[in-house]
Amino acid sequence: MLLGPPRRGRTALKNVQAEKNAFLRRALIAVLFCVVCVLILVVRMTDLQVIEHDQLSTRADQNRMRVVPVAPVRGLIYDRNGTLLAQNKPAFVLEVIPEQNKDLDALLARLQPIVHFSEADALRFKDRVRKTPRYRGVPLRTNLSMEEVASYEVNRHDFPGVEVTAGLTRNYPLGASAAHVVGYVGGITEDELKKATDERQYQGLTQIGKLGVEKSYEDVLRGESGAKIIEANAFGRPLRELDYRRGYPGRNLVMSLDAKVQLAAEQALGELDGAIVAIDPSNGEVIALVSKPGFDPHLFVEGVDSKTYKALLDDPKRPLFNRSLQGTYPPGSTLKPTTALAGLEYGVLTPEHSEYCRGEMTLPGSSRKYRCYKRSGHGSMKMLAAVMNSCDIYFYQLALSLGIDRMHASMSGFGLGRPTGIDLPLEKSGLAPSREWKQRVRKENWYPGETLNVGIGQGYTLVTPLQLAQMTARIAMRGGGFKPHIVHATADAITRDVTPVQPQLLDRIELKDNKNWQTVIAAMEEVAHTPGGTAYRIGKDAPYRIAAKTGTAQVAGLRQDEKVARRFEDTPLHLRDHALFIGFAPAEAPRIAIAVIAEHAGSGGAVAGPIARQVMDQFLLGEVRYGVNAATAPTTTAPAPPPVVPPEAFAEDLHLDDHEHDREEDGVEQE
Amino acid sequence: MIAEALHGARRRRSNKPESGLSDWLESWHIDLWLLILLLAVAGIGLVVQYSATGHSLEAVWGQAQRIGLGLIVMVLIAQAPPDTYRSVAPWVYLVTLLLLVLVLILGDHAKGAQRWLEFGIFRFQPSEFMKLAMPVTVAAFLHWRRLPPSLLTILLTLLMVGLPAALIMKQPDLGTSLLIIAAGGFALFFSGLQWRWILGAIGAFAAAAPIIWERLHDYQRTRILTLLDPERDPLGTGYHITQSKIAIGSGGIFGKGWLNGTQAHLDFLPEAHTDFIFAVFAEEMGLLGFLLLLSLYLAIVGRCLYISLRAQDTFQRLLAGSLALTFFIYVFINIGMVIGLLPVVGVPLPLVSYGGTSALSLLACFGMLMSIHTHRKLLAN
Repeated sequence: MLLGPPRRGRTALKNVQAEKNAFLRRALIAVLFCVVCVLILVVRMTDLQVIEHDQLSTRADQNRMRVVPVAPVRGLIYDRNGTLLAQNKPAFVLEVIPEQNKDLDALLARLQPIVHFSEADALRFKDRVRKTPRYRGVPLRTNLSMEEVASYEVNRHDFPGVEVTAGLTRNYPLGASAAHVVGYVGGITEDELKKATDERQYQGLTQIGKLGVEKSYEDVLRGESGAKIIEANAFGRPLRELDYRRGYPGRNLVMSLDAKVQLAAEQALGELDGAIVAIDPSNGEVIALVSKPGFDPHLFVEGVDSKTYKALLDDPKRPLFNRSLQGTYPPGSTLKPTTALAGLEYGVLTPEHSEYCRGEMTLPGSSRKYRCYKRSGHGSMKMLAAVMNSCDIYFYQLALSLGIDRMHASMSGFGLGRPTGIDLPLEKSGLAPSREWKQRVRKENWYPGETLNVGIGQGYTLVTPLQLAQMTARIAMRGGGFKPHIVHATADAITRDVTPVQPQLLDRIELKDNKNWQTVIAAMEEVAHTPGGTAYRIGKDAPYRIAAKTGTAQVAGLRQDEKVARRFEDTPLHLRDHALFIGFAPAEAPRIAIAVIAEHAGSGGAVAGPIARQVMDQFLLGEVRYGVNAATAPTTTAPAPPPVVPPEAFAEDLHLDDHEHDREEDGVEQE
Repeated sequence: MIAEALHGARRRRSNKPESGLSDWLESWHIDLWLLILLLAVAGIGLVVQYSATGHSLEAVWGQAQRIGLGLIVMVLIAQAPPDTYRSVAPWVYLVTLLLLVLVLILGDHAKGAQRWLEFGIFRFQPSEFMKLAMPVTVAAFLHWRRLPPSLLTILLTLLMVGLPAALIMKQPDLGTSLLIIAAGGFALFFSGLQWRWILGAIGAFAAAAPIIWERLHDYQRTRILTLLDPERDPLGTGYHITQSKIAIGSGGIFGKGWLNGTQAHLDFLPEAHTDFIFAVFAEEMGLLGFLLLLSLYLAIVGRCLYISLRAQDTFQRLLAGSLALTFFIYVFINIGMVIGLLPVVGVPLPLVSYGGTSALSLLACFGMLMSIHTHRKLLAN
């Protein structure tokens, strides 16, 4: 009765058994179906969890683990006395976490009275908010002052999701005074990253050395990035730190630069543009390397805006240009000692050899006049007097006797015409002219008249102040000397282990007769210490012996038919002569070799000499004695060089194209 | 009557080793074995829930309450003798069919699908009712017809199954629709449907596949394409599958340990506590955990099939058999889709996935199974 509707009731018993059997068969098939399905599941699960386990485990880890590089602390830069030249200063940054602040405009309005920020700051901020995950802080202002940090701290409870974070920023205590030599760091460009030996070195870093030792010692200063391995969720939010790999801070640099000398040199130049390079000849260490005008390196650390950058680039004084090793100048008379040395070496000259200076000369078969700067002529001069007075006629004759080939060999011997190889970027090679060079570049033969010009350091010859200083150092070392370098040692920032930079000994300049060194040096001493010498004004009261040579390099030559030279004051600034000076001291045991170039400053003896003297004072005596008490110290107070040359001297001083002219004598006479 | 007597005798013999608790529970129409197995699976479910919801005791407690409610419903349903369902089923079926039409007209949208009806404060999904009503109705219908089924019987059954299935598919809810087709289909299968029809149906389905493909929604098509090649679009539609495979595979044989799964905890795994909870489980418990859970599910299916074999009339047999296989297919589809064997259709893992409606309807089914088993014994006595 319970088994179903009546119409099946007739055969109920039989049907029940038949249906039960049929159902049993179907149930067995159902079990079979289940078994097959279960087998599929088990096989697939085994495949995933056993066979593909390793691979899928890796993918799970890749999913959740993020490697966050930790930037190393950049090495510090010291001068030779331990004065900091580059350091890492804490900088406070105001960050806003958008996730915790729904109405950013309202927030900015409330923040404005507490931390000042510009319209541009706000725009940049909003731009970055759009590109940053909501939970990550976006900087609104960098470099907060302590006052701003304090006023934020007082009000911080009003600003959830606003944080002041501390980071490190590069700072240069000497600022513009050492900007060219210390250099600066700035944002890494794609190009720089490509040039890097290994891009991974810059993981976590945003800045790279751009100039000076910051650039040339980039690999030493940088250090090694560390890494944090953090666990992040699917949205990239970091949750916890899983592992930490230590990085290593960059090595500290001890520069051979002497900050006091550097500052004294910079001050000695005053308002003048130019360059000063001072080298310790006994080991090639650079003591001072000045290029004026300078610039504020911090502009580039923070990221310079295009307007300021354009102004720097367009400045006619070219403040970004490192004159001490990028600037090439005619050496003028400062080349005469080496020319004299070459004369002695090649036997075309003895110290007793004399020439008669009438104030001008001509070459056989030519009417072109080659003049001495002293129109009335020096009269009969031996070598010593010729160097002391810087007589042009004497050196014209000497150049003629030597010929361009031997003069080129002499200049090359002193390292002119090629980079010195100093450990600073962008060094120029200058030019030591030769027949081969003229043929190659100008496609012309060498003319004898050009030899004359080369003899007095004009013509094609171009040198960098660094090359001049190095040349002086090699004279001071009687042909010995070292490759100039500016880093004295590097030191591990943690262990303090110091690794000195080994001075690199250069091949000695061998002379047939070593007495010749002394002859030339004696002549250079006369320049500073004998009345009438072009640098007598700085040598007469010096507590040490100076061996020196002054120079006044012509920037623009006068035309052959120009009878009367323009007065110095009447000459447009950019056409005025460069004042040059080379020298070393103490002459008997040289500790400093120096080259000074004061652009468009006029007379080497009157302007460049006193500058050099002050630098030497600072280095050798620990203080500047020269010119300090004089109210009219020409180098420290006068914005422009004083008119030291009497007008009549200019009237006489008629020059030919590409000539050098010296006015030192006149300057000395004035005293 | 003789058969009944025979059953009774066998029953009494097999009763000997059973405990007093079992007898006492049977007197309340509760099957001890099914209860233990269901509690075990639900317990595992709660433990995994705690991990998958990110240590939310609140969520676990909520789920425990729903399971508890489901168990009460199960026991209540078990009190009614099977014949009650047989007589009520057609009415439930018709009302539910009406509700399904209503859902399509004025249903509430959730996740782009119309499945819910608002009844004041409580929302409810008529398709879940159909899960219950379908096997009962088909079993009752087939019980009434001569078996093995004639062509007319088959056609009528197909109509009975196809109408609600089409309505649910239109919501669209492919998962539930498939389960309802399965429930009706399995009842038909157990009724002794001739093999020629079964093979013919498979053939017809294969032939109609391109037409079905045309009729599928875009998202349903992408799910099938994704199944074939999950890496095709690893951040888009393939993301679920790729991430759940990573979760399961990285679990290995022994798993990462409870609460140590990274995929779910770090939100790489979407739907971690609902449809994809199996991936969380497999990541943390490994292959061994999977085998344990699978064994529990198979034991439940086995017990249900046993109940169907011991059932006393065609209606009960067909109903129990259909429910047993539907439950199995439930498990198979969910695990199959999580491990990338089947397209992603919204089928939860029975009693483990978060959600009340599914647990409620499932436990109601087990209530009917218990009723079939325990009332038979009472009859025999």
